[in-house]
Amino acid sequence: MRSAKRKLIFVLIISALWGCANMDGGIGAKSSTGIPLGGTRPHAVQPLPDKPRFGQPVSEGELAAWNIDIRTPDGLGLPAGQGSVAEGKKIYEAKCGACHGADAKGGSVYGTMVGGIGSFTGSPRVLTPGSMYPYAPILFDYIRRSMPMDRPQTMTANEVYAVSAYLLNLNGLVPADAVMDAQSMPKVQMPNRNGFILDDRPDTKAVRCMTSCK
Amino acid sequence: MAKNSSRRDFLRRTAALTGGAVAASAGAVPLPVPPSAQEPGRPIPEAMYGLPSKYEAHVARRRSDVLKNRQNWSDWSMTPLQHQPGIITPNGLIFERHHAGTPDIDPKTHRLVIHGMVRQPLQFAMDDLVRYPSVSRFYFHECSGNGLTDWLKPASTTVQQTHGLLSGVLWTGVPASILLEEAGIDPRGKWVLFEGADASAHARSIPMEKVLDDVLIVYAMNGERLRPENGYPVRVVIPGWEGNVSVKWLRRIKVGDQPWHLRSETARYTDPMPEGKWRQFSMVMECKSVITSPSGGQQLKGPGFHEITGLAWSGAGKIRAVDVSVDGGRNWREAMLEEPIMDKCLTRFKVGWNWDGTPAVLMSRALDSTGYVQPSVQDMQKVRAIVGFVQHHNAIQPWTVNAKGEVRNAIGQA
Repeated sequence: MRSAKRKLIFVLIISALWGCANMDGGIGAKSSTGIPLGGTRPHAVQPLPDKPRFGQPVSEGELAAWNIDIRTPDGLGLPAGQGSVAEGKKIYEAKCGACHGADAKGGSVYGTMVGGIGSFTGSPRVLTPGSMYPYAPILFDYIRRSMPMDRPQTMTANEVYAVSAYLLNLNGLVPADAVMDAQSMPKVQMPNRNGFILDDRPDTKAVRCMTSCK
Repeated sequence: MAKNSSRRDFLRRTAALTGGAVAASAGAVPLPVPPSAQEPGRPIPEAMYGLPSKYEAHVARRRSDVLKNRQNWSDWSMTPLQHQPGIITPNGLIFERHHAGTPDIDPKTHRLVIHGMVRQPLQFAMDDLVRYPSVSRFYFHECSGNGLTDWLKPASTTVQQTHGLLSGVLWTGVPASILLEEAGIDPRGKWVLFEGADASAHARSIPMEKVLDDVLIVYAMNGERLRPENGYPVRVVIPGWEGNVSVKWLRRIKVGDQPWHLRSETARYTDPMPEGKWRQFSMVMECKSVITSPSGGQQLKGPGFHEITGLAWSGAGKIRAVDVSVDGGRNWREAMLEEPIMDKCLTRFKVGWNWDGTPAVLMSRALDSTGYVQPSVQDMQKVRAIVGFVQHHNAIQPWTVNAKGEVRNAIGQA
């Protein structure tokens, strides 16, 4: 009698412990057949005596060739150098025209890079650097990092300024005698400057209807 | 004797279930012992990377058969979702989107740098990165352009072509916050530029708040190092956001006080909106689902039981429910969600369907943990401009089934 009671208490205690083990999904959790189930929650990373630090110091000077981004609204990062529309036409014809076509009107691989200004209220919208870019330095940033497609990051700053000037002129945004440099480029007025709104989603208002919905 | 009677019982029960079809054929030709059971198979080679069965060769990534680029360096290939069970995409089937091809980068010489508005610019070698305490997390990965060919009328045939810029991956790497904190973030640093070492030097600006929340610097996927086409040897993964922000072949992280407004965040990856406007920095991939079986191009094997199954996901959280309609959206039934249901991850849904052999229109509609309900194309048309190359398509996908059991894309029609 006494021993049975003791056994019952023992079972209750084990059950309580068992429940705890199951609740926090610790390594004590087992299936009904006694097979360990392992932990079911993410394991916390063990606290380390000191944070590991494996980064090696590097100077901005060492990163000069990699540091190619332009903050395009104000042109921060535009390098020294300059290029004219006329120089840009020559460079374009040598390095760009094969894919983008004569006068950037579209070629064997890509569509036009000229025009489209005013097309956005209709369909289709014609996307070109002239119609789409809100800031002219985007041209410098993109050409330098990605173009020409077969030899990117090989053009000099002067060449990139010149090709940018040529494309801006073809789009009627700078005159034929324009010269692009770190000062002049951010000042070019782009027609899509105020064409953007920030992400304001969720914008749809779907409801969860289950029966006789339509 | 006992054996025979139990076999008879089995045949009788089977016949009852299937209307006698098995019983009739059982009397004809017995199933042969196949050659595979009568001779040894291939021995285990000394070393080999295993490949799928040669009979599964049709399960492959494919480029779009609708929008064909005239070059294949800035292009994409799509995941065969109609052949994927579960929620994980095998590494060889994870969709690709590159802007200038796939580089082969030597991990011994590759360097990742952090600079800009930090206390101490740092560089990391690959064998340093893998020494940090690692984190592995499951996330969906979806291109912002998934579905762009199929808005108002069907152009694609299969779910691979309509939704295949989507994969499910277990990523392994280091939280970006650990590396940034080691460099020491200037309190004015509010945006982070991630830039690739590929020939496009693809780059995006990401808000610091997101970077410190759950962004990972990743070197492995699904139990092995990254594949070259997925960013080997190191990439960033920005959970729940459009795929292109998770810059591959990562070489540079720069901290700044404002976004850069690059081509990839102005002229591309922006949404056409009414009145000629464009929506910018729309990076969260909103709640979405698609039925992967039965799906476009498939053929139902006659009336009777079919499992309707598919995938649901949300960049805003977990999937809370998926509803399925077989009558074009008039009536809906809640599907079963298969565990595990994880944050910003593919979730598998299933519902049984007894097809009566008459035409049907199948649809799925997902809800996420924020209460957001997946919209129809018509819902999206009310608030966005569906013109040309439209991104962020998370509308309901209808598939029609005709009396012959042929399944077809019906986007914009149903």
